[in-house]
Amino acid sequence: MGKLDLNRREMPKQPSHIRRRNFNEVALGYTPELAIAEAQRCLQCKKPICIDGCPVEIDIPGFIKCIADGDFAGSIRILKDKNCLPAVCGRVCPQEEQCEELCILNKKGAPVAIGRLERFAAYWETTQDKIEMPEIAPSTGNKVAIIGSGPAGITVAGDLIKLGHEVTMYEALHEPGGVLVYGIPEFRLPKAVVRRELSYIQKLGVKLITNFVVGKTKSVDQLLKKYDVIFIGTGAGLPWFMEIPGENLNGAYSANEYLTRMNLMKGFQFPRSSTPIKKHKNVAVIGGGNVAMDCARTALRLGADNSYIIYRRSEKELPARLEEYENAVEEGVIFHFLTLPIKLIGDENGWLKEIECLRMKLGELDSSGRRRPIPIKGSEFIMPMDAYIVAIGNSPNPIIPETTSGLEIGRRGNIVTDENGKTSKDRVWAGGDIVTGAATVILAMGAGRKAALSMHEYLSK
Amino acid sequence: MFKVIEKEMIVPNLYLLTVQAPDIAEQIQAGQFIILRSHDDAERIPLSVADWNREEGTLTMIFMVVGDSTSRIAGLNVEDFVPTVVGPLGKPTETKKFGTVICIGGCYGIGSIFPVIRALNEKGNKVITILEARSNFLLYWEDKLKSYSEKIIIITRDGSSGQKGHIKRLSKILQEKAIKPDRIFVNGCTFLLSKTSLELSHFKVPIIVSLNPIMIDGTGMCGVCRVTVDGSTKFACVDGPDFDGRVVDWEELLKRRKQYLNEEAVLVHHSGCGR
Repeated sequence: MGKLDLNRREMPKQPSHIRRRNFNEVALGYTPELAIAEAQRCLQCKKPICIDGCPVEIDIPGFIKCIADGDFAGSIRILKDKNCLPAVCGRVCPQEEQCEELCILNKKGAPVAIGRLERFAAYWETTQDKIEMPEIAPSTGNKVAIIGSGPAGITVAGDLIKLGHEVTMYEALHEPGGVLVYGIPEFRLPKAVVRRELSYIQKLGVKLITNFVVGKTKSVDQLLKKYDVIFIGTGAGLPWFMEIPGENLNGAYSANEYLTRMNLMKGFQFPRSSTPIKKHKNVAVIGGGNVAMDCARTALRLGADNSYIIYRRSEKELPARLEEYENAVEEGVIFHFLTLPIKLIGDENGWLKEIECLRMKLGELDSSGRRRPIPIKGSEFIMPMDAYIVAIGNSPNPIIPETTSGLEIGRRGNIVTDENGKTSKDRVWAGGDIVTGAATVILAMGAGRKAALSMHEYLSK
Repeated sequence: MFKVIEKEMIVPNLYLLTVQAPDIAEQIQAGQFIILRSHDDAERIPLSVADWNREEGTLTMIFMVVGDSTSRIAGLNVEDFVPTVVGPLGKPTETKKFGTVICIGGCYGIGSIFPVIRALNEKGNKVITILEARSNFLLYWEDKLKSYSEKIIIITRDGSSGQKGHIKRLSKILQEKAIKPDRIFVNGCTFLLSKTSLELSHFKVPIIVSLNPIMIDGTGMCGVCRVTVDGSTKFACVDGPDFDGRVVDWEELLKRRKQYLNEEAVLVHHSGCGR
């Protein structure tokens, strides 16, 4: 074995001055040559610890070896064995704190670009005429209902259909995919990619029912009469606000509303599609996570003069992925760190005009292990602003907790489960944001994987 | 896909639409609503449900054409299919035995208050139904409502039917007839809801209004339907749509409903050719 190759291959991107005004995907993906070169950097460790960082336990060295050898079909086969959403995960997983963080080459500061390689393999597959289908076990006759067609539900569906169970997935909105469709913008996760992954799940035999709100159209208890087991993956669907004066002014949004108008309802095509989205001049996004970055970058693409992120802690504590933060900075998003909005001021017609903020400083560590932001007295200042978007998180959607008998609910409105996703209710499992509160796509998928195993075990008894 | 069973203009600018949606028809209760999308590129529009047939699996809505989306719904034909009908959404109206209840409907609310009247009647209430319209040619469903009401009082602004006047006159009419309600229910435009809440507050009984703010998902996810009730923010889609009109911040709600007026004008201008 030769010298370590520490040249982590960059992935081509649209230049920032161009992409900040269009909705096309920012990252362009590896070419086959770049992918092979990057894959050849993998040391093929005897005891690969990168896998420990993957919530769905993909055989990472295995799929990378295939790419290095030019066997792209082999790489996607290995990926799909554990992950039915490789094109999604290759794009939105925080690899830097999962597999890539554990990569031995990360000690030298140049981990193998596992996410980019996953994305490459998934892309390669779409260029092929025929998609390889996995083996499906003979029918068990068991009926499974999955509530919510986001990442957790899709994973459970994919796992259980392969094991021979009959799977039906229910979705409240008119398009399946959950947060992948209504939340994450086109420029970060093209909807065509999501649709492709969902059509794969359907080709495996999963039945999909949209426009169906479990808890309203039929209750969980009613579905239990028809199905042997149920998985609830309804996500974190109730947006938090700051609870400061003026938040109901026109021009104030939850991140969910702003992104849903944009992504699910295709507001960027208005008036060709009928759901409008406002083109604001000065946009303030509150929060420091990926969703905040998505909103601020969306505002720029809609033509905002200034798009700000207002975050109460400092740059160091930003919960967003580093890559998304850097993209946002490159595109011209302006960051106001250590700043807290305290009041929204409107005009006589109820439209937002200004935001009053307070400067903060960092104090002692708090329970989250981050330094607590403390307001600086007398530091109030006013910024002219015509849009205010709150992206500070969501609590679990209340519809199922409110309408299901015998389901233990936690203090934050979440469904309580054991480590296998089993709820207090007979034959019902749950996973993803409805259990943990807002987290990442891959953690929801990991929870789905565990629940699927436990459900299969129950069904096999 | 959901099939259109019936569509008709029942009075100028008000349409009746019946769709096949058996799952919803089986569950729906008085006061709940649905969200409908007429075409693949259309908005999600919340509509109050004015009647249903559980056996045939149908839902009937009455709505006013106010802009692009509602005119596209009005443009549907029998046998057409719409891509989205979802529900029943919102909490049902509380309908137990209160005693004497007043049910006020105006505009599309004459239709949407029908299930409330029927449910209240079935629970043994004495239902006084009030219909409000600009003129007599805007009234409909009187016979249908009559069969579940003790009495129907009609108020028209031009006096062409019933009492002449506006909702403002209602207080006086009730006084003349010595009607003392134990609870009041109102369905109709936001203006009617707000005015009634003001005019009838002296009865010191809950005035249950069915709110109709802008919505997208209708399941609590987006929060665009938020409304201030008794000083705190509520989501009309999951906490409502019924609230006590005496403590709703009407000024805020009226302003919030106007958020997309400019865009609506753009759409009306844009629609037509090629659509």
